[in-house]
Amino acid sequence: MANILLEARNLYRSFGGVHAVKDVSIQVPQGAIKAVIGPNGAGKTTLFNLIAGTILPHDGAVIFQGKAITAWKPHIIAGMGIARTFQTTKLFPHMTVLENVMVGRHSRTRSGFFAGMLNLPRTWRENRQVETEALAILEELDLISHAFETASNLPFGQQRLVEFARALATEPVLLLLDEPAAGLNVNETRELAKLILKMRDRGVTCLIVEHNMSLVMNISDDVVVLDQGQKIAEGSPQVIQKNPSVIRIYLGDNYA
Amino acid sequence: MMKLKIYRPVIACVVLVVLLQVVLSVTGAIYYMTQVTMAAYYALVVIGLCLLMGYAGQISLGHAGFFAIGGYTSGALTTCNLFAYRDTSLVSWFRSAGLVLEWQDIYGADIVSFSPWVALVVALILTGLIAFLIGLPVIRLKGQYLAMATLGFGLIIYRVVLGVHVFGQADGISNVPPFRLMGGLEVNGRPHFRVQNYYIAWAVVIVAMVLAINLVNSRVGRALRSIHQSEEAAHSLGINTYRYKLATFVLSALFAAVGGVLLTHYNGSIGPSEVTVIKSIRYVTIVAVGGMANLWGVLLMGIILNFLSLRGVFGTYDDAVFGAILIAMMLFAPDGLLRMPQLRMLSSIVSRRSHG
Amino acid sequence: MNFPQIVQYCLSGITVGSIYAIVAVGFNIIYNTTGIINFAQGEFLIVGAMTAISLCRIVPLPVAIVLAVLVTTALGGLVEIVFIRRVSNASVLRLIVITIGISIIIREAMLHIWDEKVRSLPYFTGTAVSSVTVLGAYISPQVLWVLGVSSIIVTGLTLFFRFTLTGRAMRACADDRMAARLCGINDRWMVTLSFMLSAAIGALAGCVISPVTQTQYDMGAPLAIKGFTVAILGGLGNSMASVAAGLFLGLMEAFMMSQFEVAYKEAISIVILLLILMFRPSGIFTRREVSDLRTL
Repeated sequence: MANILLEARNLYRSFGGVHAVKDVSIQVPQGAIKAVIGPNGAGKTTLFNLIAGTILPHDGAVIFQGKAITAWKPHIIAGMGIARTFQTTKLFPHMTVLENVMVGRHSRTRSGFFAGMLNLPRTWRENRQVETEALAILEELDLISHAFETASNLPFGQQRLVEFARALATEPVLLLLDEPAAGLNVNETRELAKLILKMRDRGVTCLIVEHNMSLVMNISDDVVVLDQGQKIAEGSPQVIQKNPSVIRIYLGDNYA
Repeated sequence: MMKLKIYRPVIACVVLVVLLQVVLSVTGAIYYMTQVTMAAYYALVVIGLCLLMGYAGQISLGHAGFFAIGGYTSGALTTCNLFAYRDTSLVSWFRSAGLVLEWQDIYGADIVSFSPWVALVVALILTGLIAFLIGLPVIRLKGQYLAMATLGFGLIIYRVVLGVHVFGQADGISNVPPFRLMGGLEVNGRPHFRVQNYYIAWAVVIVAMVLAINLVNSRVGRALRSIHQSEEAAHSLGINTYRYKLATFVLSALFAAVGGVLLTHYNGSIGPSEVTVIKSIRYVTIVAVGGMANLWGVLLMGIILNFLSLRGVFGTYDDAVFGAILIAMMLFAPDGLLRMPQLRMLSSIVSRRSHG
Repeated sequence: MNFPQIVQYCLSGITVGSIYAIVAVGFNIIYNTTGIINFAQGEFLIVGAMTAISLCRIVPLPVAIVLAVLVTTALGGLVEIVFIRRVSNASVLRLIVITIGISIIIREAMLHIWDEKVRSLPYFTGTAVSSVTVLGAYISPQVLWVLGVSSIIVTGLTLFFRFTLTGRAMRACADDRMAARLCGINDRWMVTLSFMLSAAIGALAGCVISPVTQTQYDMGAPLAIKGFTVAILGGLGNSMASVAAGLFLGLMEAFMMSQFEVAYKEAISIVILLLILMFRPSGIFTRREVSDLRTL
């Protein structure tokens, strides 16, 4: 049995009296692709934010590679190898595509203020290396032709891809994808699926929040279903599809 | 091989500076040089502020305070007369360590005061420390609160400078000795040294610009821009946004302090008028007009606007002009004069150069 | 200090404090409706006072004051229509910078219209030397005017916001502008109204305090800063708390003056401002999460 890379234990989080996440526990094994699904308002993005450190849980713990990372600051969590994308694409709008991806290399590089100002040889070498690495990622994701375009000028699907590339640039151990297929057409979704599988082949573990059922059913090893902040089902895609509670929350009682 | 093209404007700048000097000397309008020199020292403040406002995305309405900390510290240390204590062990040690100067002021009195180099180092350390301590709690605050906090900081410095005896209160500090650099060069406002000082000032400015350009094109510069454009995303990529904002705040304060020190020695004096809220707002106006994140634009505007102001072109409406420019900028060209839709073509050339 | 002296300092503190409170209330009205902090708030007081001073040479004092308030109200509306309305969708920072620019322009205009001499309105009742005894202390009747006018302003505003249709419409805008618009409220007019209202109470406050503190063209900025300090102390947007905070600051200043040199009186408000911003930006009276005031 593969070891558990990430574990969320009994997480609780409420916003002004509304329980966004109530006693949710999930385990993500190393090398797995795990999906979190559920109707709108189920608490999926809140769960993500709790794991990524953007908001603090009111109770419970998040454990990554055996270490408790609950309440750690987001930038430190990122430095540990957890990368995330956002539900609404958060690119750096006035920077080029290449620069966006180069920022992704930040946590793997070191030169600071003094080195930057003085532009020492080792600094410009590091800079060049970062650029090369970023270009390689763009090449791989077929974005190389857009490298020098301003990020906000790209069509939506490409922007999402750039955010993906940026997350990949951090050399993540765990990738948190928040609705990566949102707004993508059928072709783009298919390419996305191939990309995620390629990542898994490289050893990157993926935790995905998604509404797009075909994507979820095609590529996930395991699916967790949330409803109103609670976990109501967990299992392989096939099992989940037949689970009456799951069917009920999506389609209503008539189909259960 | 680094991207050398980002340094092309530097060459252009050097050429223009030399050209300007030649033109002024030849036409006999050599007294304009004094104003340009002063404008150059003020420009150091806006270069630092540009990094803070345009790149890190933070506002400071109290940067004149840092200019003043630099200038007043240097002024006080170089004019405080230790003559009466010259034989005490502490001062004797200073003398043997070469930390003090012994000279005679214009009245013929013997003065023992700290050397300008010592004063510079102390001023920078003090400024850095204060900026760090102020920045620690304040950088966290959002826009309007940060603006008010920095405004309050500037006001406190103003009050301190007005109230404390050592700083000359309402009269400020005068008889500040020249700053002797190596090889006979000195920062000195006297007419004899005009051309020399013109080049000294511009040399300092160009060094500052090179450092700023390097920073902006480096990993740190990218991190700053990313913080400005999407702080949440930057945070999720491993960038410690708080630390970067604080560091940029301190750095911009240091730039301002250097300007303060050098201008004080150039003018031979400094007064409370350098620390007013109006002065701080002027610096902000210049950064806004120059284009927020456009280093060369900011430098250009800084020189032009300060020069015009020093020449008295705006008369008694000086402050009103800056206020009007500020409003106009915010209403019609929030991204700077050069990024207005009408001037898009021109701006695309300039902005490509400054980002490299 | 004996009791009458304490009363003296208290009353002096409360007098000045209530003016700070009015400035803070002005801040809050605009902040509540628009989210902007109007740096030009202090200028409204001075414009009101200066206008009244000029007018009272031609017309009787009460008429002069009324006219001055009207003129300043118009100025407030003008400022909003010409400047603020254009950039209603701009970032908060840009709006702050604009109001700073506006305050500079108004101040410079005042300098050129009225020069830098110190002036003042005549005392409303009595003269500079008449006094009234309160609890053993001798105070000028103007002090009673200040306290009276301030109380009326605060009470009047409370009633206005709670019971009149317009007042409630403004509160609706403050809460949720889009929803208010959907209810048929003309939110742009509400914004203009908030500026006009702030200007009006500012002008009134400026007039009533003028005999006591004198008026000079550049007194607007320090007033604005103190008003802002008070507003933050009480929690931005919370006018009742502003009143308490204003009295507090006024009293602190009065007692500072009694113990230390006058010069340090200015310092106390700035120090309080910095301390509050550094450690409790949400204000003393609010308990809500500070998260919306802090960045990451």
